[in-house]
Parts: sequence; structure tokens; C-alpha cells
Amino acid sequence: MIKALLARLQQGHRTVRFPKTDPGLPERFRGRPILTDERTMDEKTRDELFGRCPTDALRNDADGLTIDLGRCLFCGQCAGDCSAGAIEFSKDYRLAARSRTDLILRGHEMNLAEALNEKTRSVLGRSLKLRQVCAGGCNACEADTNVLGTVVYDLGRFGVQFVASPRHADGLLITGPVTENMKLALEKTYDAVPDPRIVIAVGACAISGGPYVDLPAVHNGADAVVPVDLYIPGCPPHPLTILDGLLRLLGKIK
Amino acid sequence: MPASNSIPLHNGQAVDVEQIPVLKVNAFRNSVIDAVKSGMRIASLFAAPSNHDHLRLFAVLADDNAGSLSVLSSDVADKYPALTPDCTQAHLFEREIAEQWPVVPEGHPWLKPVRFHSPYLAGPDARGRKSEAHAAPSVMDFFKVTGEQVHEVAVGPVHAGIIEPGHFRFQCHGERVLNLEISLGYQYRGIERALLGGPDKRTLHYMQTIAGDTTIGHTTAYCQLAESLSGDTVSPRAQSLRGIAMELERVANHTGDLGALAGDVGYLPTSSFCGRIRGDFLNMTALMCGSRFGRGQVLPGGVGFDMTSEDSDLLAERLARSLKDLTVAADLLWNTPSVLARFEDTGTLQAQVCRELGMVGVPARACGVETDCRFNFPAGIYRFAQIHVSTGNTGDVFARAYVRWLEVQRSIAFIRDQLEALPDGRVRTQTKPLSPHKFGVSLVEGWRGEICHVAMTGPDGSLCHYKIVDPSFHNWTGLAMAMRDQQISDFPLCNKSFNLSYCGHDL
Repeated sequence: MIKALLARLQQGHRTVRFPKTDPGLPERFRGRPILTDERTMDEKTRDELFGRCPTDALRNDADGLTIDLGRCLFCGQCAGDCSAGAIEFSKDYRLAARSRTDLILRGHEMNLAEALNEKTRSVLGRSLKLRQVCAGGCNACEADTNVLGTVVYDLGRFGVQFVASPRHADGLLITGPVTENMKLALEKTYDAVPDPRIVIAVGACAISGGPYVDLPAVHNGADAVVPVDLYIPGCPPHPLTILDGLLRLLGKIK
Repeated sequence: MPASNSIPLHNGQAVDVEQIPVLKVNAFRNSVIDAVKSGMRIASLFAAPSNHDHLRLFAVLADDNAGSLSVLSSDVADKYPALTPDCTQAHLFEREIAEQWPVVPEGHPWLKPVRFHSPYLAGPDARGRKSEAHAAPSVMDFFKVTGEQVHEVAVGPVHAGIIEPGHFRFQCHGERVLNLEISLGYQYRGIERALLGGPDKRTLHYMQTIAGDTTIGHTTAYCQLAESLSGDTVSPRAQSLRGIAMELERVANHTGDLGALAGDVGYLPTSSFCGRIRGDFLNMTALMCGSRFGRGQVLPGGVGFDMTSEDSDLLAERLARSLKDLTVAADLLWNTPSVLARFEDTGTLQAQVCRELGMVGVPARACGVETDCRFNFPAGIYRFAQIHVSTGNTGDVFARAYVRWLEVQRSIAFIRDQLEALPDGRVRTQTKPLSPHKFGVSLVEGWRGEICHVAMTGPDGSLCHYKIVDPSFHNWTGLAMAMRDQQISDFPLCNKSFNLSYCGHDL
């Protein structure tokens, strides 16, 4: 017993003071991309740039260059010199959005996720129980969701908890592209969650199919099967990105 | 000694497809069976379409003692005599072949689906199913025990924690587990098929997400293979940086496992310390490349990110600090009788069973089986910096936990040595396209065990076949064996002590 107590003293207090202070992110972290005027690019450069994107997240419409954060794998293949500086990845980890269209980024600004409406928040705002469903995820999104339960992030202090049964849950947190073989299990789990219920899609796979988009064995993300209330992009999203998204949904970060 | 009638290969070597001996099916069968009887392992066994509208079986055999690989092949029509009755190691490989192609391994005792996907070719498959018929996962005949007071427990695919999906079917007598049958395939995304015709812009991303917790392991296996097929070389500095990333991945995952094992026996101090320390190691990988899972670090021709001397000093300093914290956390486990009482004699696996099943990685080493690709089939940096093989001898949860702890210490020592003497030079070279008509094999000791990638290229140098064997593929049956005669309540603990990959198995 005394050894356990001494070990406890040695390990110290490790919980980050988020959201009061921002914990540092590594220098090479690739967060929200920033797009500048792409008109400096000639057509050939642009085609080459689009050709590099593994998930066709880069598009071009009448108003210029866009990047779909729901598809982006944050691999950085399009950034820097090859885009003549038109695309750079910033260290901004805040990426969560309430609608799929808010993930289509143009320029600098992004509509970050707004809180649930007053009525839903009055029911779920102080105590949100989530059931996690992995539907073809590679265990990276799952691992960085799991991390929120460690002493570092201490998710419980925000009233959020992962529970064992959908019957005890207020919502689902879904990872993976939704494989054909997990579709039924996902539907059944969703049906077992009592109303009001919310659905959170975490990671490029759960939002768009990610690297698996359009493969015959997958369904291109959670919203092909269930309605989604919050999208958290990344491959995988950093734990802070997920936490930021959850807290925005609950109105604890504005 | 290579297996009879085969071509010898070393890890990371490619040969012309034509050089691989094509045997009569009986000679093929006997060669594989004899080789396995003499102590070799099946690293990979698969069917691929050959030029003449035939299917061709390929076997890659690994000789741990000699450090050599043997490859042999045989053309088959719609059936062949199964290897499994005389060679247990082949059992899951042959189930896989029968699920993918219209060929029946005759005499296989247990020819059930593996991943529950549609067959690869149009027309009826080995079970007479039509190509469009999609098999519903876990819809099959499970092994059943009957008798008074015998009951069945079904768990999954959706589990209680944040964990991947799989279905477990227990036959129990009271608390005692008589048999466990594991049915996977829920994570099937079809990666091997999606790789055909590549490499293309998605190839690396498939490799990075075969099993996301083994990004470095699988990506290194792929890059090693691609480099052998194209004849590219990788600079010593890049080799060293790959090794550092590989061992950081091992250390992070083993640390997480030690914490989770502590959690499963209700010992919260180590559980909560290790949960945090694991994150510290992941953050060290992020220091190298920006991603906690090593995304974008290992690329064909080298690595994506170099390290400055400040980075390497910072990494060494953080490594030392985390090792100190981890030592305190791990020592608590070995000094707490209530923990040891739960770890010892739980989920014991005999070395004999382990060899028969061709198991790899930590569960094999915990039974005293000395198999570790870094030592037996060294490639890259491991040719110059050897890491001792860590083994146990009791084959129980304790041994699997303790082997992890030994490996963590040796991996950290390895990283420290690498950081002290990082070679100079570039970290990435321009790669050439893959050569046509080649066959290559690449083995990597991922944190779960041996990762085996095999590739064949077609006339234009594109991938015409790609076979991935995650260590979990060899080891899931081992978990089922370890559960026999155990209390069903010990399943979470046993499962965690193996910590196998669902998506790595399902692909």
C-alpha cells in the first residue's frame, strides 16, 4: 500500500487545464488547413495538386479552392511548395462542425460546431452518456477517443462518460467507414438508444469513408445509416480535437 | 536449410515470379508439411490467379533458426487435398482461400467463413454460393457442446468498451469455458483487393490504416517490399529513424497493455499511470512527424520527416523521464501479490500448442518460443543494431505481461542508442517504379508480432497480387485455446493479454 502511495506522489498531477489553457501541440502537428488565393496557381499546378489528394478532398468551384475536412486525411501532400503556398496546415486543432457543409472549407474561416438547442441541452448538457460503436475503424480514432478517459483529459469532469450499453446511453460516437458487415449492428445499436439521442461521427472514415471512400465493402460513413449531429474530422483527430468538439456541442466552449 | 523444391529468399528480397518452383499439388503439399514438421512456420499461404486461367497456391515458409524464407507454388483447379489435416498451421489460411476463390481444400475439418465477404470471382464459390450473395457476419454453425447444465454465451460484435467489433461464442459448464469460438470479419474493408493495380495515391493510406495502432509496422513492411520490387535503397539515417518510430510504437502499445491488464484485475494505480504514460510515448511519435500514430513518417524511399539535433535531445530527455515513470508503474504490478495472483496461471498456453498453431509475437515468446523478426530476419536498421529476444516460460497472462515489460526496456535502450549515433545524410531518396513480373516478401516485427507482406507485380509493374498477414491472423486461435478450462470471467484479462487486432485480421 505504501508503495502505491509513494508511486502516486512520484507520478504527480497530470490533468491538463483545458479548456482554460491550451496544452501545447507538437511543432509538426497538422491542424486546420488555411487556403489562400489559388488564382496564383496555373491550371497545370492545380491539376497536379488535386491529383495528389488521396481522397479528392480538394475541389475547385466558381468561387475558388475548397477543401473538404470530412474527407481530408491531413497527410499534408498538398501543402507548401507544391501548392505555391496556397494551402498550409495550421496548428489549429479546432475542427468540429454541426453540418456536413460546414466542413467544406474556403479561405481562413470555419463555422465551428454550435451547441445543441436549449431543450436538448437541458436534458443532456450536464450528463452525457455515450456508447461508442466502431464500424470498421482502424483503432486509431478509437484509441484517441479512449485517451479522453485517462487522467490527462479526465473526460468525467465535464459530465461525459462512455457506457457499456446503448440502453444507458444518450447517444452514439461512431468511428469507421461503416463496413457492410457492421451496418446491421450499428442500426440495432442506434435503435436501442432512447430518445433524445445524438450521434457523433469521429474521423474521416466515419464522416466520408476516409481512405476507404467508395470501396464496395463500405458505406462511406455514418450518415449513410443514421442522422449525424456532430462531425469531428481528422485521421485520426487529435484527442483535443475530439474533446473540443464534445464541449462545443454541450455549450461548454463557445 | 530451405524447404525442399523451393526457392530461398531473405527478408526484403524480390525474385522473378518465374523463378518460383511450380510443383505438382502433392509435392507442394508434402514439401510444406515436411518443412513445418522440421520446425519451419507458414508465414503466408495464399492463392492468386496465374497466367493460364488457373489459381496458383503460394506458400512462404519461415525458418527462424536459419533466418531464411522459402517460397514454393502449385497450380490448382477447383479442389486440392487440404494441408490442414497434417499441418494445423494451415487451417485459417485454407479457410481464407476457400472464402476468396472457387477452390475447395478437400478434407479440411472446419471450412467456415473467415471474414464473411463476397467471393472474389463471379460464379459459385467453394461453398457453391453465388458471387452476389453476401454472407451475413457470424451466420454459421458454431461448435456446440451439449449436455446437462451446459450453456452458451454470445458476446459482440458491439462490446462494452471502446473496442473494435468481433463475436465470441463460449460453450460453458457453469463458470468453466469448454470452448471459445471467435468469429470476425466485421471490420472487413477489402484492402487487399483495393491495392491491386497500384501503387497509387491511396496505397500508403491503406497501409497506414490496415491496423491504425500498427501504422509504422505495416507501413514499414510495405515500404521495404516496394523498395525491393523497385530496387531502391534507403539511407542509413532513414533506416535509423524508421527503427526509432517502430520501437516507439512498440513501447506505447506495450505500455497501454500493461495499464489495461492492471485495469482488468482492478488494480487502478498502474492502470491510470500507464494510460497517461502511453500518451507520452504517442506524443514522442508526434514530435517526430506530427501524428501520434506515425502517419506520414514511413514512406517509400525513406521517411517523411528528419530530426534536428534539438528534436533528438528533446526526445531523449522525454524518453528518460517516461521510462522512470513507467518503471515505477510497472514495478507496482510485480510487487503486488493480488495482481500476481490474478496474472499467474491464468490463460496458460503450452509451447507445443503455440508451435502447432504457428503463433508469433508476444504470446509465442511468453511460452519460450524464440521468434522475433528483428532478430531472426533482420532488415533495415536491425541488421546493424540487434535487440535481444525477450521470452518467458510460463505461457500465462503473467508471462505475456512481463515479456512486454522486458521488450519496453530493450526498445527504449535501442532508441537511446540510435539517438546518440544518428547517421548523417538524406532521409529520403527518389523512388523508381516497381519492376514487372516480380515476387517479393517483407517481414517486420510489429509490436504484436510478425507482419508479413507479399506482393507480385504484373507486366507493367503494377501490383497484381498483394497478401497481408497481420500477427493477429496467426494468434486469434491461440486466444481461443488459452481460454479452455478457464473461468469465463477471466476472458477480458486473457483477451487483453493477447490484445490482438480485429481490423488487422479482417483487412
